[in-house]
Amino acid sequence: MSIYLPIAELSVNIFVILGMGAAVGFLSGMFGVGGGFLITPLLIFYNIPPAVAVATGANQVVASSVSGALTHFRRGTLDVKLGAVLLVGGLLGATVGIQVFITLRRLGQLDLIISLLYVVFLGTVGGLMLWESVLSLRRAARNETVAFRKPGQHNWVHRLPWKMRFKRSRLYLSVIPVVVLGFAIGMLTSIMGVGGGFIMVPAMIYLLRVPTNVVIGTSLFQIIFVTAFTTIVQATANHAVDIVLAGLLMIAGVVGAQYGVRVGQKMRGEQLRAGLALLVLAVGIRLGLDLVIPPDEIYSVVTGGFG
Amino acid sequence: MNGWRLIAGALVVLSAELGVAIAQPGPAGSAPTRTGAPKFTERLDIGISTHEIAIASDFSGADITVFGAIDGADQFLLAIGSYDVIVALEGPRKPATVRRKERVAGIWINRHSTSFEPIPASYSISSTRPLDKIAPPLALAAHDVGINNIRLSPTGALGDGSRIAEFREALRRIMQASGLYQRDPSGVQFISQSLFRASVRLPASIPVGLHTVRAELYRHGEFVTERRIHLRVVKTGLEQFTYNLAHRHAFLYGCLAVAFAILTGWLSSIIFRKD
Repeated sequence: MSIYLPIAELSVNIFVILGMGAAVGFLSGMFGVGGGFLITPLLIFYNIPPAVAVATGANQVVASSVSGALTHFRRGTLDVKLGAVLLVGGLLGATVGIQVFITLRRLGQLDLIISLLYVVFLGTVGGLMLWESVLSLRRAARNETVAFRKPGQHNWVHRLPWKMRFKRSRLYLSVIPVVVLGFAIGMLTSIMGVGGGFIMVPAMIYLLRVPTNVVIGTSLFQIIFVTAFTTIVQATANHAVDIVLAGLLMIAGVVGAQYGVRVGQKMRGEQLRAGLALLVLAVGIRLGLDLVIPPDEIYSVVTGGFG
Repeated sequence: MNGWRLIAGALVVLSAELGVAIAQPGPAGSAPTRTGAPKFTERLDIGISTHEIAIASDFSGADITVFGAIDGADQFLLAIGSYDVIVALEGPRKPATVRRKERVAGIWINRHSTSFEPIPASYSISSTRPLDKIAPPLALAAHDVGINNIRLSPTGALGDGSRIAEFREALRRIMQASGLYQRDPSGVQFISQSLFRASVRLPASIPVGLHTVRAELYRHGEFVTERRIHLRVVKTGLEQFTYNLAHRHAFLYGCLAVAFAILTGWLSSIIFRKD
């Protein structure tokens, strides 16, 4: 059964879209990620114009992060103050990112940059995660204690000025790295259509030394606002948010996520991380191949609409 | 005086109803025809099964049928099949940019581009016979008939003029591959000696806007006359509403998209709450 997408202006198979949403929802529930980094490439593989895929991906992430953040808020594993400071940087970053997005689209290099960013980020993050999880799986196999690496006392980040106290995270930290991190993720959100959790979470743990129990909730909290902001700006500046497509993805996604969470709870941490790493790498490699394999058609045409 | 105005008004209404093109010779025969002398007496009349194609949520392309009649034709020539009809459906014109990828440091990236003056966003042509059998290439080109005769004029400054031909060819090839440009050399059939029927296929990705149906009559490879009528492709109800909202009230639309996402997330966290 096909459904017409009013903004992308093409017909798609409704079951493919629902299946995509459910599968990504399942994986995001299982691994505790937003899923934007999977949705956007999948939509592009399915011939949705990249501009629409990115803008709609951001909209879809709003739904999955609201759902996750509310759960963390109820459990008290969310540092609102830290999230708010991250958000300041995030909104600035998203604003700059949108301008970059518009410029790239005019130059005809948007698709390339989106793909390159995905390849670089997915490759790096996936590779590091795989390495780390393989090491801990081997340690576990040798029956050593799987000790989570205890953060050192301080690093250069903690010597920066303009310190602020974040009670929930039990941190006394300069606002500079927090705003900068938020800014970087904000840019990624608007250019790549991702929440950025897959970069935000490791950066918060290893760079800012935020306790792991509040990391996910806090990152989700700020992702809600940055993706919401990005959605509104993308809708206003590029008319690229397809609400029908986003709605289908969201509904299938939140349902799929519930089953993913259940499966995820039965699996061990290292296995989960290794699985996620493989998934991230696979998407990165697929996008990377498209860049290096000689294309069947070296020409492309843009008429009026989305490029 | 008043009577004249009434008749003139009626004529205007009539011609608007029929979508009569300006090329139609005047009633008194005073207006010179395109060929100069009144060489041909044939006239072409066409009608269309619908004047509006509505794109609903389950739209997956459509077929439209154009009916037509040849008036004042030479019965003998009709009988031996000397007449040919070409029916083309042209979409609204939109500017187009063609980009060419090149390998740079192992990666395929867009290096060169050429922009063209607005071209038909879709073009579907049906004819009684393959175009090259109907008329010589020059005659077809003079009337912009056929995918290869769609005018593609580059805009602005040109980097490398020698590549223009490649870009034109690529544009035609890609538009055909995507189904937006298509041809059916046997899409027009005579159902009686002077009545014909043309079926024109609209792809699922048909652009919205005002389309033009253009029918041309050829006799022995010579252009005789043409008629045009318009066809409007619109989105229906919800699709139109969504599209208008997204383009005219973009900010409100963005807020709605976010509100919908928040609602979905909030509901799911309540419905699937574990405690």
